[in-house]
Amino acid sequence: MPTATAPPFVPAREAADLVPNLTGLACRECGEVEEVGLSHVCGFCFGPLEVVYDTDAISAVVSRERIEAGPPSLWRYGDLLPTLSSDPSHRVDLQTGLTPLRPAPRLAERLGLSELWLKDDTVNPSGSFKDRVVTVALSAGRALGIETFACASTGNLGNSVSAHAAAIGAPAYVFIPADLETGKVLGSAVHGPNLVTVRGNYDDVNRLCAEVADDTGWGFVNVNLRTYYAEGSKTIGFEIAEQLGWRFPDHVVAPIASGAMMVKIDKAFRELASYGLVDGDLPRVSGGQATGCSPVAEAFARGSFDVRPQKPDTIARSLAIGNPADGYYALKVADRTGGAIGHVPDDEIIAGIRLLAETEGVFAETAGGVTVANLKRMVEAGTIGRDERTVAVISGNGYKTVEAIADDVGPSFEVSPSLDDFLAQLS
Amino acid sequence: MPTVRIPTPLRKLTDGESQVAVAGSDLRTVVGNLGDAHPGLRERILDDSGELRRFVNVFVRDEDIRFQDGLDTPVAEDDTVSIVPAVAGGA
Repeated sequence: MPTATAPPFVPAREAADLVPNLTGLACRECGEVEEVGLSHVCGFCFGPLEVVYDTDAISAVVSRERIEAGPPSLWRYGDLLPTLSSDPSHRVDLQTGLTPLRPAPRLAERLGLSELWLKDDTVNPSGSFKDRVVTVALSAGRALGIETFACASTGNLGNSVSAHAAAIGAPAYVFIPADLETGKVLGSAVHGPNLVTVRGNYDDVNRLCAEVADDTGWGFVNVNLRTYYAEGSKTIGFEIAEQLGWRFPDHVVAPIASGAMMVKIDKAFRELASYGLVDGDLPRVSGGQATGCSPVAEAFARGSFDVRPQKPDTIARSLAIGNPADGYYALKVADRTGGAIGHVPDDEIIAGIRLLAETEGVFAETAGGVTVANLKRMVEAGTIGRDERTVAVISGNGYKTVEAIADDVGPSFEVSPSLDDFLAQLS
Repeated sequence: MPTVRIPTPLRKLTDGESQVAVAGSDLRTVVGNLGDAHPGLRERILDDSGELRRFVNVFVRDEDIRFQDGLDTPVAEDDTVSIVPAVAGGA
């Protein structure tokens, strides 16, 4: 009998030729540069840190051909991600990314757009875009010698950290609000992490985790590993451009919680342009929130960059961050690219989920409903031109948040196992 | 006196102390006294105009001061003040 052999966790070819490509960590506020390490806050001014790439080294190797010859996952863009180690054993990869960029003609027609695409991140390994940031964060964390991983989560991130930690046998601590959707709670618990439910909202969880990270030294992917973690969202932008045939779209619409995804998609486009991988005008980037948690949209409506925290109250739990850390930077992106940031009430979120599912066969969680509903409003308002080649980022899977639609959809018939009964009801 | 929790990046300004006791009955006074006792701390928390810096969150009794009275938030003798960088978050 042949004995099954597990494939190598990370094919050596895919990682061995990558080199550490960072020169340091720079403060986004004062510009002070620190050494690469487990650090997320500027030691000089207390501002947030961001990775600094060795652009000369990257320019010398990166090309469309090299990317296309890479693995069928987001690690094909490894040259453009914070690679702390060329040791393949440090890579933590569940084959995330290179998700479909689906043409959406039926939804486009309903919305009045001539060309619409869906970046479908519902099909990532744990069902959301969070796998992108987690594979980058855990790989960096392993290279830094971190043994225990953790996160503050609205659900999707917890699912992803739990799954990735399980796959490498690492202990995990996942902190979530106690009242999350069942699918998101169980979607973490099934992987066997230490699941900590906190009696409070996400912002309370977030604050607690900032202090726990300080106290324990665990690798919190979105706290002390955030500098690396956030870069993973750039791969949404990289993939959109490659999948459009190394072209930019005209407009991208993304959901906003902290604002980091929108910021990193824009950064991806600018990097592709700077390395000469894509020509043409940079896309407009817009964001959507739920009315019940809309601090960034509220600031945009005021024409201000001053984000005022809110107490969230919306069914879009994955976006319910009342004090968004990257809200300021998201507003800057919208301002610079000519994008917009809107918000929609919960009934439109549900309608957006249904419209997407009924026209394109994609079942999104509430954040996807937020994106579609905001897209609809932006087209109606003329914010998005009807001839703009538009991409909507669908960031999470609808099976995680079935509660949102439970009162709105259901069986059409209930019949006995009898042809006569069924035909009678059909007529 | 109220207790102020100092996050790791700022502990070099408090001789490594993770908590310090600081007098004051409102947050503005507490931050001022904190800065007097530990030079450099005030500038990390407040901007040039004396307002809370955009990327710094301060909590009194585990509640964000932006939902209370900002720097005028009252601080009782047995209260804890937490200083937390605004770095975590979701999508």
